[in-house]
Amino acid sequence: MLFRSFWTISTERMTEMRSAADAASFKRELTGVIPHLRAFARGLCGRPDLADDLVQETLLKAWAAQERFEPGTSMRAWTFVILRNAYLTDMRRNRFRADYDETVAERILVAPPGQEGPMHLSDLHRALLTLPPERREALLLVGAGGFSYEEAADICECAVGTIKSRVGRARATLSAMIEEGTIPRRAVGDAVAHDAIMAELNESTSAS
Amino acid sequence: MAKEKRTSDKRMKDIGMERHERRRQPSPDWASGLRRLYDSVVEEPLPDAFSKLLDDLDRADD
Repeated sequence: MLFRSFWTISTERMTEMRSAADAASFKRELTGVIPHLRAFARGLCGRPDLADDLVQETLLKAWAAQERFEPGTSMRAWTFVILRNAYLTDMRRNRFRADYDETVAERILVAPPGQEGPMHLSDLHRALLTLPPERREALLLVGAGGFSYEEAADICECAVGTIKSRVGRARATLSAMIEEGTIPRRAVGDAVAHDAIMAELNESTSAS
Repeated sequence: MAKEKRTSDKRMKDIGMERHERRRQPSPDWASGLRRLYDSVVEEPLPDAFSKLLDDLDRADD
């Protein structure tokens, strides 16, 4: 009897210790992916303040759902799914107008070979924001975040072929805009981006 | 054992195919700019609000 009682306490204690260790590990991993969540959110919605709001919303949802996270799997991929879903929900509520902040991007220059003069990252960001959300997120995940096509397909809950096609189309559109010099100016870009995104969302909503 | 090897071989083949496809699609000149956009945000100092939020959530669970 004594032995049984000792065993029961011991098992409970071990379970407690394990869950405390799991919780600490979860928090550590979640903290580690925050910079990536901010980068993904900034790429999706443009404005740093709204992007950070989206990251906070993601952290709250991830924390509430931590039982569903499988230790050993990718925290970055898991939280990107949450962020993406929160973004799409907020987009449908018209919370975000595609916008961006010149302050950081304007200072950083890219100089593509074979092109006269450097290209501002802010131009690239603005061009990115004119893409429909499905193509933008696919390009962000694969072209900026370094995810494989398979991982990106898991995050976007679609087929690998669909992701490849979205990335290809996004690249082609951006290349054409840059080569032809048709990147919209800031004020126009916002309107174009927003209209493109809302049209795409309305289309996908009416199709489903 | 043989089945595991076949699965592993298939996975390696898939990875090889993906690499091949990526090589076939040359990166446009602006592709490095896209990564720099992403990395520039990753490298920004993290506002305290995020760690505070997680600490608050952690305390609320106790």
